[in-house]
Amino acid sequence: MTELLEPRAIGRALTRRDGPAKVTGTAPYAYEAPVEGAAYCHPVQATIARGRCTRVGTVEAESLDGVLRVLTPFTAERLADTEDAELAVLQDREIPFRGRVLALVVADSPETARQAADLVEIEYDRDEADVELRADRDDLYKPEKVNPSFPTDTDEGDVDAALREAAVTLDRTYTTAMYHNNPLEPHTTTALWEDGTLTLWDSTQGVHPVRGTIAKVFGLPEERVRVSCPYVGGGFGSKGTAHAPVVLAALAARAVPGRPVKLALTRQQMFSLAGYRTPTIQRMRLGAGRDGRLTALRLDVVEQTSRIKEFAEQTAVPARMMYATPNRRTGHRLAALDVPVPSWMRAPGECPGMFGPEVAMDELAYELGIDPVELRVRNEPERDPETGNPFSSRHLVECLRAGAEEFGWADRDPRPGVRRDGRWLVGTGVAASVYPARRQPGSTAVVRFGNGRYTAEIGAADLGTGAWTVLPQIAADALGVPVEDVDVRIGDTEHPKATVAGGSTGTTSWGATLVAAAEAFRDKYGDDPGDGDEVSAETPENPDEDRYAMYAFGAQFAEARVDADTGEVRVARLHGTFAAGRIVNPRTARSQFLGGMTMGVSMALHEHSLLDPRFGHVVNHDLAEYHIAANADVPDLKADWLDETDPHVNPMGSKGIGEIGIVGTAAAVANAVFHATGVRVRDLPITLDKLLPGLP
Amino acid sequence: MKPFAYGRPATAAEAVDAVAGDPAAAFLGGGTNLVDHLKLGVAAPRRIVDVTALTSTEIREDADGGLEIGAGVRNSDLAADRRVRERYPVLAQALLSGASAQLRNMATTGGNPLQRTRCLYFQDVTTPCNKRKPGEGCSALGGATRQHAIIGASEHCVATHPSDLAVALSALDARVHVLGPGGDREVPFTDLHRLPGDRPDRDTVLEHGDLITAFTVPALPWARRSAYRKVRDRASYAFALVSVAAAVSIVDDKIDDVRIALGGVAHKPWRAHRAEDVLRGERAEEALFRAAAEAELADARPLDGIDGGNAFKLPLVTRTLTAVLRDLTAEEPGR
Repeated sequence: MTELLEPRAIGRALTRRDGPAKVTGTAPYAYEAPVEGAAYCHPVQATIARGRCTRVGTVEAESLDGVLRVLTPFTAERLADTEDAELAVLQDREIPFRGRVLALVVADSPETARQAADLVEIEYDRDEADVELRADRDDLYKPEKVNPSFPTDTDEGDVDAALREAAVTLDRTYTTAMYHNNPLEPHTTTALWEDGTLTLWDSTQGVHPVRGTIAKVFGLPEERVRVSCPYVGGGFGSKGTAHAPVVLAALAARAVPGRPVKLALTRQQMFSLAGYRTPTIQRMRLGAGRDGRLTALRLDVVEQTSRIKEFAEQTAVPARMMYATPNRRTGHRLAALDVPVPSWMRAPGECPGMFGPEVAMDELAYELGIDPVELRVRNEPERDPETGNPFSSRHLVECLRAGAEEFGWADRDPRPGVRRDGRWLVGTGVAASVYPARRQPGSTAVVRFGNGRYTAEIGAADLGTGAWTVLPQIAADALGVPVEDVDVRIGDTEHPKATVAGGSTGTTSWGATLVAAAEAFRDKYGDDPGDGDEVSAETPENPDEDRYAMYAFGAQFAEARVDADTGEVRVARLHGTFAAGRIVNPRTARSQFLGGMTMGVSMALHEHSLLDPRFGHVVNHDLAEYHIAANADVPDLKADWLDETDPHVNPMGSKGIGEIGIVGTAAAVANAVFHATGVRVRDLPITLDKLLPGLP
Repeated sequence: MKPFAYGRPATAAEAVDAVAGDPAAAFLGGGTNLVDHLKLGVAAPRRIVDVTALTSTEIREDADGGLEIGAGVRNSDLAADRRVRERYPVLAQALLSGASAQLRNMATTGGNPLQRTRCLYFQDVTTPCNKRKPGEGCSALGGATRQHAIIGASEHCVATHPSDLAVALSALDARVHVLGPGGDREVPFTDLHRLPGDRPDRDTVLEHGDLITAFTVPALPWARRSAYRKVRDRASYAFALVSVAAAVSIVDDKIDDVRIALGGVAHKPWRAHRAEDVLRGERAEEALFRAAAEAELADARPLDGIDGGNAFKLPLVTRTLTAVLRDLTAEEPGR
């Protein structure tokens, strides 16, 4: 049992400390780094999906007034480490996917850089490209592990026999689309190479991880690389690891020493250079008794990675622990294609992996004539099915019950396609949410006293989530002082090392580290420290990690309205109830939940990166064509939470909340659309053309 | 993006001369389409002639109750005009269903119908497109065709015209006032836009240097019973998959007259004359509405596509037109 803080600042809905700077436009983002005389660069991308470039003609581009340099695979500096092929840009002539960067123009203005980029002439030796993901490919392979280090396959009991003998079985295939993260702020970097030191103002979810990556790629000692990132305009995982653009900016800076260089991807470039979520094909088989208890679960997932770098989304992982069943088999198979490199996108694994299974549970509920809330309750495991450990806290059933009450689920008529309100067919649906509560080792925090105030330093990142605001709340309670007396310094490698803002681990990892530093500070200096008193501490290990299964849970209830004439789908209401430990700041937390839920509606109804197999690139690569939910698509969103305090995850009693909001949402919407129309859509997104044939 | 010269002549006539005399010049209105195309490399004029201050920003009434709308009137102002809202609900609704509030504040009435047809491949200079480069080939054929044409397309181009305003103006038999190098002339709105044929590079019948100065919307008292219905993939800020502009006059329980135009189905706003002919003089009932839609779609040719194609637009047109006519002919229209 972790010793929990007495919550005084924790739990208060404090306003964002970075709010005034952001709304007044004075918060400097990476592209607005305070530098003088910047140059600008613009990448030139391959327009074939596989092959090599035989010539990169730069004469015309270089002759343009204001062009400083044009880097090509033939002229760019050789990187020290090219093991990560995604980052090894301008190192060879090979083209592993359409959009690979083949030249980089550095110029006095962004306009000139862009104009010159159009003048770069590239000749190709073209190979046949292979970009189509299908479950029947004969070259699917089994990765050694799935992101980040889960077993690829699992097998318990005798699934085949259990499926044969089950009173009721279900065998369905579900698909999720290819998705792109699309934060408002594109991937941007300002880079300066001066006196043997590389300074990067980079839009990132982790300054130290970027420093580590770039130092390795360029063969520099880490202390010769500084990364600064006080503010981020969203990342959703796409800024969790360094992608090619930051390497490009650094290459450009080293080509014009002493002069800062800025790079901002265009929206279109983000569709091939900043990661994305793989499409998934999920074959789900369930066996159950008439009482609704699962006797078998089998989930086989097929997804893609790039030919040059493996990323295996852990889509089947949540099905390993969500419900009780004695017989369970899960697995992942990949196709390595001539496509850009997939990566993290909000709740990798859980997000797609709670679509198929949660729709399947709804289908099973109909098969059995059992209410879908009740069906889930009946399959609640007593212990973690995967490890046999107890849960540190698991209140899924309470979320389902409280959410049902709040939403008005009682007395729901289960019949599909029978409710009409004017032109609308109306239905409701439910799905469960889950996200692991993890802690990452390896952060350090410093607590210092001076001029009557405490300062906590840690190189954490606030990608819009609220770290600037919640970390002082945690530090204040750990120090036992008012939150107004605590400043934090984050977002810079000048501060002590911190782990990435990813996997909903930020607040737990940095918070536990801050608490350790604060407590050490108190132990050493007591309540009356002197100016300059300072203590540093590292992330403590959590011995409970091996003894408990730690997850946040939730239940999402959706009301779908489908226009009976046109098939247009609207999510009239979406209510989420979460059990995610103690909520450190209700204001920023609600925003996280609602943001995730909005992204889930977006996934359910809109988002779909359309990869044209003839060309090999996503052809709806802008925000006019890649639809993301707009305000009118989420008229009534509500997020609530249970009063849960988890004694095992961290000293705050909290769990990560950045990702769980997107988990299960699309399934809740799909289930509601079925209830409204009687049409079961198993392939996202749910668009009107899929509903029209089944409408009255 | 290429450097260009920017100018603001003092008069419309000077602007016309400036553009007519320079094949690489272009007019700039609200910029909501041209500026996008500059950034995408779809358009690369060397000279931009800003006409936003050169045409009328007034909406004037003519003697019999029709409206003359200056080309410089912003979309948001036109949609908010009381006369437009009362006399031509179809027009106000079409405007408000387009783009976003910010874009409507910028977009001009003259410029909106002149936005280029939309197609993923037209907007992507790395893929072949006959509209950008005649003879290069059409990438949409065999590609993503969800938003593409089902009527009046050619083997050279299957793009659709995206303007909502244009669909309403087509239904209302508006007239276009054009100032060209040879002087003033009028063009029926329904003749303004072209089908692609073998010249998909030409969206309209206007010649280089022709400037739209105003539109006339004739008096049509029964257009008070009119509506615009836009069906799209998200609740706002999306182009039409299918849209219907319709006005109906009911006399003695029969459809005395009717105007219908469709959006999202063709290279131009599609005036549905065949459907109108089926409806005129008949009793308003659901089976008739469907028959009218089906008559209009008799020559429709849906496209296959990597995104599932656009065959869904046929039932969608029928269902949407039926719904609009059902609402308009109900006893209390507009509910």
